[in-house]
Amino acid sequence: MMLAVAAESMLRTDIPTLVGGVALLTGVLLLLVRAIAGPTTYDRILAMNAIGTKAALMIALIGFMTERPDFLDIALVYAILNFLATIAILKFIRHRRLG
Amino acid sequence: MNGILIIDLILLALLLITAVATVEVRNLFAAAMISSIYSLLMACFWTSMDAVDVAYTEAAVGAGISTILLIGTLVLTGSRETVRKAVHWPALLTCLAAGAVLIYGTLDMPAFGDPNAPAQQHPLYSGYTQQNIVKSPVGKSHENVEAYNAAQAEAQAHAEHEGEHAEHHDFYHGHVPNQVTSIIVDYRAFDTMFETCVIFTAGLGLIVLLRGRKGNPLRGGLL
Repeated sequence: MMLAVAAESMLRTDIPTLVGGVALLTGVLLLLVRAIAGPTTYDRILAMNAIGTKAALMIALIGFMTERPDFLDIALVYAILNFLATIAILKFIRHRRLG
Repeated sequence: MNGILIIDLILLALLLITAVATVEVRNLFAAAMISSIYSLLMACFWTSMDAVDVAYTEAAVGAGISTILLIGTLVLTGSRETVRKAVHWPALLTCLAAGAVLIYGTLDMPAFGDPNAPAQQHPLYSGYTQQNIVKSPVGKSHENVEAYNAAQAEAQAHAEHEGEHAEHHDFYHGHVPNQVTSIIVDYRAFDTMFETCVIFTAGLGLIVLLRGRKGNPLRGGLL
C-alpha cells in the first residue's frame, strides 16, 4: 500500500523533474571528465564555471522536487557567487595578484 | 524509490569521483579547480539534505574563498607536485581503522527521516517536525504520518506527566526566559563559545594583515 502511494505521488509530480535532474547530473559528469583530463588551464576554469551554473539549476530543481520553490533565491545567490569566484580566479591567473 | 533519492545517489557517486580525482591529479592547479567543483556538488547535496545554511557556507567558503587561497598559494610555490609512489602502510591502516570506527558508529543512529528518532520526539521540536513530515519526501507516506501522530500523542502525555514536577519540566525549556538566549547559551553553549573563538581569531588575523605593512594604502586609514 505504501509502495502504491509512493508510486502514484512519483508519477504525478516527480518524473519530469527527475528526468531533468538526471540530465543535469549527466552534464556534470561530462564536465567533470573535462576538468580532470582537460589539457589547458582554461578548460578546467570553464568546466568549473559550468558546473557552478549546473549546481544553481540543480538547487532550483531540488526546490521543486521537495515542493519548496523558495529555493530559487538560493539558486540566484549561487549564480552570483559562481560568477565572482570565476572572475577572481581569472584575475589571479592574469595578474598574479588580486586587485 | 523516491525521485530525490535517485538524485542523491548520482550526486554522491559524482562526489566520490571528484574526491578521488582531487587526490590523484598531479597538476596542482587542476586539483584546486576540482576541489572547487567538489564544494559546488557538496552544496547541492547539502541542499537536498535540507541544510541550506551549510550549503551557503560550503559555496561561499569552499568554492569561493578557499579556491582563491589555494591559487594564491600556487602562485607562490609552483604548480607541480613531487611524485612519491610508495604507499605509506601505517597511514593507510590508520585511515581504514578510523573509517571503520566511523561506520560502526553510524550503525547506532536512527534511519534517515525516522519519525521515532529522539530528535523528532523532543517536545521542543514538535513544531518543526510537523512541518517536515508534511513536506519532506520521506514523510509523504501514510504510515510515517500515523507513526508520527502516535509518537506525538505519547510525547504530549509525557510532557503532561513531567509538568507535575515543575523544576524538571523547566529544565527542558531552558532556565532563561528569553528564547534566543536560552537556545544560544543553554542548548548550544559549547557551539557558541567556539564560534565566538573563531570570529575573534578571524578579527585578529584581519588586524594583523591590514596594518603595519609599508606602502599599504589602507595604513592609517582603516585601522
